[in-house]
Amino acid sequence: MQTRALPYLLLLPSVILLGVLFLYPFVLVAWQAISDDAGQLTSAHFSEMLGHWKFNTAFKNTLYLTLAVVPIQMVLALYMASLVTGMKRGRDAFLYIWTIPLGISDLAAGIIWLSIFEQSGFLNSFLVTFGINEQPETFLGYQNKGTIFLAIALAEIWRATAIVLVILVAGMGLIPKEYQEAAEVFGASRWQRFTKVTLPLLKPSLQTALILRVILAFEVFAVVAALGGTNLPILMGEVYQWQFVLRDPNVAAAFALVILGISILCTLVIMWFLRTPKGATI
Amino acid sequence: MNVDGTSSAMRWTFRVSILVLCAWVLVPIYLLITNTLSSPEEVVSFPKKVWPSFNLESISFFINFAGVGQALWNSVLVACVTMVFSISAGAPAGYALSRFDFRGKSFYRVLILMTRAFPLPLLALPLAVLYIRIGLDDTILGLALLHTMLALPFAVLITYSLFSGIPVELEEAAWTLGCNRFQAFYKVIFPLVLPGLTASAIFAFVISWNEVFGAAVLTIEHRTLPAFLLQGLDQAPLHLKFAGGAVLVAPALLFIFLVRKYLFSMWGIANR
Amino acid sequence: MAEIKIKSVARRFGKVEALKSIDLTVADQEFLVLLGASGCGKTTLLRIVAGLETASEGEVWIGDERVDRLPPRDRKIAMVFQNYAVFPHLTVFENIAFGLRMAKLDQNTVDKRVKRTAELMHIDPLLERYSGQLSGGQRQRVAVARALAMEPEVLLMDEPLSNLDALLRMEMRAELKSVLAESKTTTIYVTHDQVEAMSMADRIAIMNKGEIVQASDAVDIYRNPSHRFVGSFIGNPPMNFLPAKPLEGSMWSVANLQLPGPAHPSNATDSQIEFAIRPEDLTVGDATTEGAMHVKVRVVEPLGSHLLASCLVDEQLFRVVLDSDHPITSGDSLYIKPMMDRIRWFDAKSEHVL
Repeated sequence: MQTRALPYLLLLPSVILLGVLFLYPFVLVAWQAISDDAGQLTSAHFSEMLGHWKFNTAFKNTLYLTLAVVPIQMVLALYMASLVTGMKRGRDAFLYIWTIPLGISDLAAGIIWLSIFEQSGFLNSFLVTFGINEQPETFLGYQNKGTIFLAIALAEIWRATAIVLVILVAGMGLIPKEYQEAAEVFGASRWQRFTKVTLPLLKPSLQTALILRVILAFEVFAVVAALGGTNLPILMGEVYQWQFVLRDPNVAAAFALVILGISILCTLVIMWFLRTPKGATI
Repeated sequence: MNVDGTSSAMRWTFRVSILVLCAWVLVPIYLLITNTLSSPEEVVSFPKKVWPSFNLESISFFINFAGVGQALWNSVLVACVTMVFSISAGAPAGYALSRFDFRGKSFYRVLILMTRAFPLPLLALPLAVLYIRIGLDDTILGLALLHTMLALPFAVLITYSLFSGIPVELEEAAWTLGCNRFQAFYKVIFPLVLPGLTASAIFAFVISWNEVFGAAVLTIEHRTLPAFLLQGLDQAPLHLKFAGGAVLVAPALLFIFLVRKYLFSMWGIANR
Repeated sequence: MAEIKIKSVARRFGKVEALKSIDLTVADQEFLVLLGASGCGKTTLLRIVAGLETASEGEVWIGDERVDRLPPRDRKIAMVFQNYAVFPHLTVFENIAFGLRMAKLDQNTVDKRVKRTAELMHIDPLLERYSGQLSGGQRQRVAVARALAMEPEVLLMDEPLSNLDALLRMEMRAELKSVLAESKTTTIYVTHDQVEAMSMADRIAIMNKGEIVQASDAVDIYRNPSHRFVGSFIGNPPMNFLPAKPLEGSMWSVANLQLPGPAHPSNATDSQIEFAIRPEDLTVGDATTEGAMHVKVRVVEPLGSHLLASCLVDEQLFRVVLDSDHPITSGDSLYIKPMMDRIRWFDAKSEHVL
């Protein structure tokens, strides 16, 4: 039909939103991080950030948390997805149960795991009732950084594996069964079919899932706030601290740029690493 | 992958894995519910019982706690506004992507996909500055706009996949039978995508309902429930936290159940 | 009741020429079939007439009105789609009534017309069902009924039978033909199935690479292809072609034969023409038969009503249709004599008939 302008008209609202609420604010935050109140370029905010004793710890903690959580989530989700494809009955029910955490906020997930790890919580009750420990432990106390880290990692794995699962199951749904059957006819074992057929064909989904998960892992905030308080500094928590408690939005913006920077860097690395040759898609 | 013709050991691993994974997901939620349905004294007592006493003191304490009602109401408001905004901006875009070939289409798609490569909650920082300038600071609308930005890419992708699932021929048939573009959409396409559209609206609602960081940064007086809970994490008694967590979780569970079918189609098309 | 005139309609997609200046007139009440392989532009042409696609240039007239700027709803057409496009959220009744309601006809007329067309298409017991409860053939009937109920001046059909299985397709073919003959609507019908085209059409327009190569009735197209493409496309098996070398006068050498053909063009040396004959227009003789071509049998396919022998002449494929009882196996020699009045000659360069 004679409507060349129509698609642009339809895109307009979303483009305006993207421009005003996405592109422009990112410019703004970058400017905030590198300029002073008089509008002059300055590296003072970055120096202040880098010089703060918590920066290194927060950076490392965020990185370690990502490294601990994301690989486990990918493997777990792959395993769950292959279990789902092997199911004959009850597929939908199990899939629903496994995707429940998708609807749960990071704050709620933190609170849920708090009920397990707090001093009078279920883990301590279990350990003492069965005589493994005599006294309840303060797992989340400031002197137990290791268990705080573990609790946060568990809560994150528990909460955010679901999104990876959803992406992978959707991706597996796009792979025609014939490829599996062809591989089977040519003598590939179950494991070989998985590594030689499913995994390579799943690459686009793996890429999406990995990018999304890594970025969400850099954004981790409320889980840490619920379980660790300020005992385990992470980057996003520092942004919040500087913005709200220390009331220095410029340094907060500098932190934000750091998160943004490593997010984009990781996205590019993952995209390059899991690239699919042109024409090799399903 | 078929389970037939494999050893019984394999079959058992398969079954046990499934059950263990279900327990892994469900048990923590069950424990939260147990805490919520216990009296405040039971929550801090030791050792804890695994069965709830079905005491409603914790939950009623939470509901009557100063500011909770307002925070709940704010949460609902923000989520509803987010829902309306993201669908009314996202659905037309999804429709355009599914029906037209136009210059800049792939650029737009990349832009939408790119938003996922950015830590979106960080938008709250510049928006806080921007909002003070234009008088949107600490408002429902301001927060809803941020949440719209979070939900918009998903709304575009879900509606894109929805509209793509409806043959163009149906629309064309309507045109040849006397409809103009709008009538064809309203009489033929709209009834067919309505369930999916509802699902993506619900999805937007959940995204807003759950968001913590942006809400905490952008609001002071008009806190949503997650922001309210976050603020009270240091001082609030345990039973208040648990009851709050449960209130946060409950609607999300229901909503994910309602939209489960569409979760997969969305990610299917996003990767094409 | 209207004549359709298509005047130098062209359609380009970027650099690709999907349609190269088509001229075609469909007479009032005529049943015209657009026949061609997939990608030849036949569906594009139909959609341009329908108004679902815009021509890059040219005019489309329906009756006395130029319609190529009008939206589909103002063209007094109705269309049947390949995938039927039966609205899944409406009952069969509401599907058939859809266009009538858009035209704001009163309930009485709507009821009457829906009932009549439903009876015509034998779907009156299904009026309360939804599309999901119908078989492919029933959906097909609903789609046709929906179009006929509009009492359009022009009916456009885009491969309407291609999604049905073979038996049903044959049944629907005959039924559609009689229904449409009765409705007296001018019809353009797109198909890639030549049997369908031949059995239904008043006139067939054969399309190739965005052009109409020949438009005529079924027998004429079969017997007198105007273009090499038509001969190689129509008929199962299609025509045989062999290169011909010029001899004295208007004689031509084809394989081991000398045949009278068209007069030599002026530059006789490099003129190249092709001899063509249909596989069934050959009589079988023996080694002594005068004017018989000697061919080597490669493959014999018994097809019930006849045998199809794929043979070789000078390394060229040559098909012969033989009687089912003919005793022959691969490797045999065969002596066949072409029926002189069925021989056609084509210019090898322009591919036009001589």
